[in-house]
Amino acid sequence: MSCAAGAKRVLGAASVFLLSGCAQWPAQGLFAAAGPAAELQREQFLIVTVLVALVILPLFIGLPWVLWRYRLRGGRGPFRPDWDFSWIMEILIWGIPVIIVAVLGVTLWHSANKADPYRPIATAGPPPIEVQAVALDWKWLFIYPKQGVASVGQLVVPAGREVALSITADGPMASIIVPRLGGQIYAMAGMTTQLHLLTDHEGDYRGMNTQYTGTGFDQQHFTYSAVSPVQFSTWLAHARGAPALDAARYDALVKPSKPDQPMQFSSPASQLFQRIIAKYHVPGDTLGALPPPSAVSANKATEAH
Amino acid sequence: MDWTYWLFGTLQWSDFPPKKDLIATFAASLVILAPIAVAVILTVTKRWTWIWKEWLTSLDHKKIGVMYCVLAAAMLVRALIEAGLMRTQQAMANVGSPVIGADHFGELFSTHGTIMIFFVVMPFISGLINFVMPLQIGARDLTFPFLNAASLWLTAAGAMLVNASLVVGKFSTGGWSGYPPFTELAFSPGEGVNYWIWALTLTGIGTTLTGINFAVTLYKERAPGMHLMRMPLFCWTALSTSILMIFALPPLTVATAMLALDRYAGFHFFTNGAGGNMMLYANLFWLFGHPEVYILILPAFGVWSEVISTFSGKKLYGYTSLVVATISIAVLSFTVWLHHFFTMGQSANVNAVFGIATMLIGIPTGVKVYDWLLTMYRGRIRFTPPLLFSITFLFCFVVGGLTGVLLANAPVDFAVHNSLFLVAHFHNMLIPGTLFAMIAGYMYWFPKVFGFRLDERWGTISWFLWSAGFLLAFMPLYALGLMGAMRRTSMFTDPHYTPYLMIALGGAGMILCGLAALGVQLFVSIRRREQMRVPVGDPWDGHSLEWWSSAPPPEWNFARIPQVDGTEAFTAMKRNGQPYVAQPENYEDICLPANTGIPVMIGVAGGLCAFALTWYIWWLAVVMLVAMWALVVWRSWQGEPMKEFPAELVRKHTEEWLEKARAAKPVDRFAESEPVNLGLADPIR
Amino acid sequence: MSTEKKLHPGINIAQTDPKAHLEAEPVMFGFWVFLMSDLVLFTLLLATYGAMSVHGMAGGPTPKQITDLTSAGIETALLLASSFTFALASIALKYDDNQRALKRWLIVTALLGAAFIGMEIKDFITLAGKGQIPQVSGFLSAHYALLGTHMLHVASAIVWMAMIWPQMKVPRLKDLVRLRIMRLALFWHMLDVVWVAIVTFVFLFGAST
Repeated sequence: MSCAAGAKRVLGAASVFLLSGCAQWPAQGLFAAAGPAAELQREQFLIVTVLVALVILPLFIGLPWVLWRYRLRGGRGPFRPDWDFSWIMEILIWGIPVIIVAVLGVTLWHSANKADPYRPIATAGPPPIEVQAVALDWKWLFIYPKQGVASVGQLVVPAGREVALSITADGPMASIIVPRLGGQIYAMAGMTTQLHLLTDHEGDYRGMNTQYTGTGFDQQHFTYSAVSPVQFSTWLAHARGAPALDAARYDALVKPSKPDQPMQFSSPASQLFQRIIAKYHVPGDTLGALPPPSAVSANKATEAH
Repeated sequence: MDWTYWLFGTLQWSDFPPKKDLIATFAASLVILAPIAVAVILTVTKRWTWIWKEWLTSLDHKKIGVMYCVLAAAMLVRALIEAGLMRTQQAMANVGSPVIGADHFGELFSTHGTIMIFFVVMPFISGLINFVMPLQIGARDLTFPFLNAASLWLTAAGAMLVNASLVVGKFSTGGWSGYPPFTELAFSPGEGVNYWIWALTLTGIGTTLTGINFAVTLYKERAPGMHLMRMPLFCWTALSTSILMIFALPPLTVATAMLALDRYAGFHFFTNGAGGNMMLYANLFWLFGHPEVYILILPAFGVWSEVISTFSGKKLYGYTSLVVATISIAVLSFTVWLHHFFTMGQSANVNAVFGIATMLIGIPTGVKVYDWLLTMYRGRIRFTPPLLFSITFLFCFVVGGLTGVLLANAPVDFAVHNSLFLVAHFHNMLIPGTLFAMIAGYMYWFPKVFGFRLDERWGTISWFLWSAGFLLAFMPLYALGLMGAMRRTSMFTDPHYTPYLMIALGGAGMILCGLAALGVQLFVSIRRREQMRVPVGDPWDGHSLEWWSSAPPPEWNFARIPQVDGTEAFTAMKRNGQPYVAQPENYEDICLPANTGIPVMIGVAGGLCAFALTWYIWWLAVVMLVAMWALVVWRSWQGEPMKEFPAELVRKHTEEWLEKARAAKPVDRFAESEPVNLGLADPIR
Repeated sequence: MSTEKKLHPGINIAQTDPKAHLEAEPVMFGFWVFLMSDLVLFTLLLATYGAMSVHGMAGGPTPKQITDLTSAGIETALLLASSFTFALASIALKYDDNQRALKRWLIVTALLGAAFIGMEIKDFITLAGKGQIPQVSGFLSAHYALLGTHMLHVASAIVWMAMIWPQMKVPRLKDLVRLRIMRLALFWHMLDVVWVAIVTFVFLFGAST
């Protein structure tokens, strides 16, 4: 069995890596939650696991016991080939799951509302920064309408300040997530979805597209940089010195590409985000160029919510 | 637009092998060489007439069942190799040496998913139900044998279309669910998505018709006294599955037809813009897709019920409970489709409602698991390979259930949707749940189908490899998903993933070895078949009517249709009556549908029509579509030709079988796997 | 089970031929099941239409702008009349052995069906003439797909009738042909029911919004 031997060799090699890998495990993703949204997700994960464990643990204990006690060769348990019903058992096996699902259901009702990505996270403090995210093949464009800058592959926010993302796509459907902070939600052309993210801890967090959109989708990453207020101002100043995101630059950006480095732009075209959405609200066979800003107000963008 | 377009559509020389990369070229040559090899073997052994007369043209539900399983097995080999290739790619790419390109990877996850769902599990289910169900309810055939054969050949045509994509052109990269707008013309030009659409259309039509056939058979062809509440549980699950097929396949047909209209005629159902909306597709697709997963799992539950009860030597615990649970699952399966897209932006309350509905399914499913445990309780458990598989199933399935409830929780789903956690979850349900049930069912009913048992040693080896391989291949994916590793990624670049990816690769290797062990088991068993024969037909001390016939059963199944007085009809017969003596004095002539080649031809025409549509070869598409209907009309002129089995033949066969039963020594359960087991059971007392 | 219990829904031929009737039972039941599956298809097309007629206009024509109630009224009359004549054909199938009445009513039914299709094609041509083709918007795509699928069903029912026609003369196929006509009748009436839904949701709602 050469393939079994091969598998063994791979296993051997893998086990060497295993210890180092395991040590890193909590450092990424959901279990390294760094913001309230992801913390809520992690808390739900643990609650559900514990409650469901109440139902499945009896099987993990009962099955080995039954297999041992009632085995054909040497089993000591009584043999009752016609025993096929017991009210007590029936009430237990229906009743316990019903109770647990009822508890889980109530929990879910509350948590689903609390974790609603459309809902602002922080109840006090400064208002959220509004950022418009556009999924492009294969990069994320972030427009800061109030600040008058835009960036690709990089979402820079002051730590402790909530971000209110309005999301759309100019291309196939994508999905945005920052595993340690929250998400995900779909980005769909012609529609807007929303996501709120917040972290108090300065640092770089990996964000990405999770939905297959072609060969470059696995490189459609971005960095969520939570920085100090000073650094944020510096970054804004830097971006304002970058080239303007006019229609021509935007059209170049829409073409499929996988930029290696983050990009910054100044003064995004007027109502760019709304125009990207409005582009998809015209009758057939005329899609392509962005509509003029005046046409935007006429076409009310559809909200997916 | 020159004459080559009119003749060959968009087909060009460059669509034919050799392919860009070596692996693809190798795969293409396999698809070409395998049929050639089969043809050569048939010619050398002079078996063309045999295969045509005995198999391809047969309307016998048992032979159609076997052909379904052969199709599923062949496609399983392909899809497993693809899985191994994907695991290799992800593991190797993460350490800097990718094996294949990103576009090839896209094709692989699309074909792997499409094949596993539509051309492995679905045919396997159809095959098992086809073979077993009429025998269990005491019928001589399905209600519509011709339709049954046509469904088989349409499904086979779909499978061949997916295989053709290995040789000619490319397959879709849109995954098994084919989400637009990525699969629209704007982002996926070319033939790939067309292949996917037409393969699904063929098998979708075949499956809908199969569902109707099974349901009508179960309602109308049961033996006298076989009330619904006396049917073996496998029949109940078959009934639930066929009802799901009848209602759940039309949404798939509608969704793929609309996608086809978008692509071929410029409609705007799911396009970006002009009023098209992919959210509509998501709803339509999962309106099919969620019941579909229960189409896949319910018959598996039926198999587990039979296997666990038989190899525990005991009556099934909680029959009524299991029936109620089965039906609850079937009904609830239509109410949860939205949990496949919690992340689409609908309100939190909508998500919560569908999440709770999803968790409700956990209740009857949990009940089933404990019903099986209680079936073993107070029994006498024999650790045969099918039972071993059922143990792995029970342990793993509840873990899958746990992660399922996690995914039903919208906040948790936000974090792990589209991740490898999700991939691990559904493989956790479908491999130990469905695929292991198919393997267990294959080992359990094989002696009935071919008349000899399968080697148990290799079966056990295979069980070990499959079980360990599954755990190694998929448990790391849960961890990876929680670390933020996403599905369908051709290349990770995170060194922390390496150990997990390597273990998963090892697991995939073990699974492939498990598959090889199944092959060895079959080979060894065929070679030693004389010592494994069970002509009397009841090798496991079975409970239901399929065991009350010779192995293999005669084409007419039963010389007389039995009268049924309770559940577990054969057990009752063995206890109260004498199953191997009381036969009618006056045998009757038995009429069964005569063989016909029309269903095969319908399948061929359907496959060619689909191929022509894929490549825009309009003249061929029209000719083949007309040909399909012409064949149906031709059949309608034939009436329903029957072949007759004279009473004398029936008497001779039956008496030979009874003679063997009288001559055989009853074997107890300790000697079940020894040559002395001729299929006459001596129950444990 | 007695013959009485096995009566299938719809017109029965039990009095004249109990054995054929017994064999008819699963066949008719199977066809009812098929019709359910087919109805799911129409339900989904109607649901799609429902969504598209609210969200899928994309600035193109609205349901009101493409609704022609006169035409829809004539089409409805034609199709309802054809269902009535098919019912007469079914009665003839049961009581008239020489098939003359049956054939007469089947021809009338087919002609009414063909007229219905003709009217619908005329509607499509009128729409297309105004540039209102399915490629314009999701709403028009859904409109054409729904009506087109129904029309295709009616057309295939007429083809089916034409295929049965020569078989009616063949004594060997007598029982089978009877069953086929009975199933065709179910199919035809189902298409009528679907049309009633279409008239309500597409034309009446369309004209009133």
